[in-house]
Amino acid sequence: MAKPNSPRFDTLSLHAGQHPDPVTGSRAVPIYQTTSYVFQDVDHAASLFNLERAGHVYSRISNPTTAVLEERIASLEGGVGAVCTASGQAALHLAVATILDAGHHIVSSGSIYGGSHNMFTHTMPRFGIETTFVDPRDPGAFRDAIRPETRLLFGETLGNPGLEILDIPAVAEVAHDAGLPLLIDSTFATPYLFRPFEWGADLIMHSATKFLGGHGIAIGGIVVDGGTFDWEASGKFPTLTEPYAGYHGLDFVEEFGPQAYVMRARSEGLRDFGACLSPANAFHILQGVETLPLRMKRHVENTRQIVGYLDNNESVAWVSYPELPNHPDHALAKARFPNGCGAVFSFGIQGGREAGRKFIESLGVFSHLANIGDAKSLVIHPATTTHQQMDAEALKAAGISEDLIRLSVGLEDPQDLIDDLERALRASQR
Amino acid sequence: MELQVDEKRAFATTGGRAFDVNQPTVLLVHGAGMDHTVWVLQTRYFAHHGHNVLAIDLPGHGRSEGPALTSIGDMADWLSRLLDAAGVEAAAVVGHSMGSLIAIEFSARYPERVTTAALLSIAVPMAVSEELLSAAKANNHDAIDMITVWGHGQGAQLGGHKAPGLWMTGCAERLLEQAADSVLYTDLSACNDYQGGLDAASKIQCPVLVVLGRDDRMTPPRAASGLAKALPEAQTVIIEACGHMMMIEEPDQVLDTLKHAI
Repeated sequence: MAKPNSPRFDTLSLHAGQHPDPVTGSRAVPIYQTTSYVFQDVDHAASLFNLERAGHVYSRISNPTTAVLEERIASLEGGVGAVCTASGQAALHLAVATILDAGHHIVSSGSIYGGSHNMFTHTMPRFGIETTFVDPRDPGAFRDAIRPETRLLFGETLGNPGLEILDIPAVAEVAHDAGLPLLIDSTFATPYLFRPFEWGADLIMHSATKFLGGHGIAIGGIVVDGGTFDWEASGKFPTLTEPYAGYHGLDFVEEFGPQAYVMRARSEGLRDFGACLSPANAFHILQGVETLPLRMKRHVENTRQIVGYLDNNESVAWVSYPELPNHPDHALAKARFPNGCGAVFSFGIQGGREAGRKFIESLGVFSHLANIGDAKSLVIHPATTTHQQMDAEALKAAGISEDLIRLSVGLEDPQDLIDDLERALRASQR
Repeated sequence: MELQVDEKRAFATTGGRAFDVNQPTVLLVHGAGMDHTVWVLQTRYFAHHGHNVLAIDLPGHGRSEGPALTSIGDMADWLSRLLDAAGVEAAAVVGHSMGSLIAIEFSARYPERVTTAALLSIAVPMAVSEELLSAAKANNHDAIDMITVWGHGQGAQLGGHKAPGLWMTGCAERLLEQAADSVLYTDLSACNDYQGGLDAASKIQCPVLVVLGRDDRMTPPRAASGLAKALPEAQTVIIEACGHMMMIEEPDQVLDTLKHAI
């Protein structure tokens, strides 16, 4: 008898977490637009509140529509479970707050989304959590920055906006040697292009607003638990390994085993911080996940054509995409990203900031806005927008120059995109 | 709760409540390669509703010191010594898969210590496929994949965990991956080698509950037909659209069935 196969990626994208509604027969995931759920009796109510039985109590903590999205992404990433949040930023906050306290410390890649950089630099310190930023291409720098109070290592699969490829196995080894988990923001990659748990990461977060949703219509985030990190052996995470008074002395690792982290994230993090995803937004994002494999394939195909066009254009000073031989992470890209390095990349325009302004304002198909991962193509100048709170030194460390323009390539006909770029580049050089 | 059995650490979760020897006790025994956490959607309820819970880790599993025991009989005897260590004279014994074989043998050897026996996902005999045994012997991850796929009903392959946001097959894989090398093979061999099930069943004196999953591919309901003849008084419950990992696939039905029996 051959080894049995579990459902594959494309099937999970469409089906994981959902069965046709047993009452109505609804094939699509229904939007359970409700705040709360009727208890069978008083004992049932008490049991749900005390985690004696599983089920829904209140949509801040869980909701049937949202739960489908959570299971679906957990299945695609290969984790034990997931918790959806109101946004990607809420996902990052929840991922951190579930295991870090005041006095703790994070070692983070310096090449991350500007909002994440801001949270770590300016906001988390108000709550006693400090962060040291290091070069994402230097696993030794992560090791050197670890302190006794460090509790988390963080990086992005593909750095924003420079697409630095984090050597996740190497950084995970550094983390695990120190008894620490590695959290990865995999928004740019999606599980279609890269599955961080298979390379040693312990926790993953996404801004589901981006490629997972894919249509630019709903804000959302998600934290996925790989279920592999040994919290007990580490001894550094009392929120998971010691009795929690908030649930009558519940010890999450003792009772839930591999899914301890995700259970705590929901039962404390959503209950008390409350940054839940609305069921309508969960539904919208699910519509995107259903076609994730198809869309990501086309996103990458279009990106490759546009990268090729820009790389040979005299108005372009440089193009940064890991599939190009001159990208510092080209070898890693070839080895680990056979399906492509995503659809977000940056390039420098001849003529610097002023040429960049003319270029962006001359585009017709590309939309100038602060988002990525839409089905429609997008453009932005990070130094003045997404990363504007970073000072010159941090911008330099993150590889963001004044002439850098970031594109998020959509699903339009690639020739129309190239024509649009051609027109705008010509205008920029006048 | 940590106990000392045979001068080694033995662990049992008590479902989030302190152990009170004056309450009736429910002893829960997990299956091959697993540990006490498979019972989390039953243990907390019993513990908060007037019972002591001892959801044990067999030797070499979870938090109990090894090595893993090699026969169902040895595991049954170990259970008796564990109850001694806990100061419990008798308990309702609930076993899943390999744990159900242990529960049968324990009930036959120590009838005075068992108030009710609940046998979940049981087959007698419990033959294990050569492919699975070979993969487990080689500590090959294929063994975990086989148990994960065969161990969940067809519907559960696509999820639908009653605990919101949990991915059922992912949880099973991670749990099995936690077992030390050779533990899964030792357990599966013990199941495969155990031939005393029907004889033990005929000696059971307490009420018996048999719970089977209609879609169970590892211990399908037909594999318990001999047991039904040996236990004519037993109550048999079949859970529809449910596979082998019934405590996780249909936690409420399992809990409610156990509640009525215990």
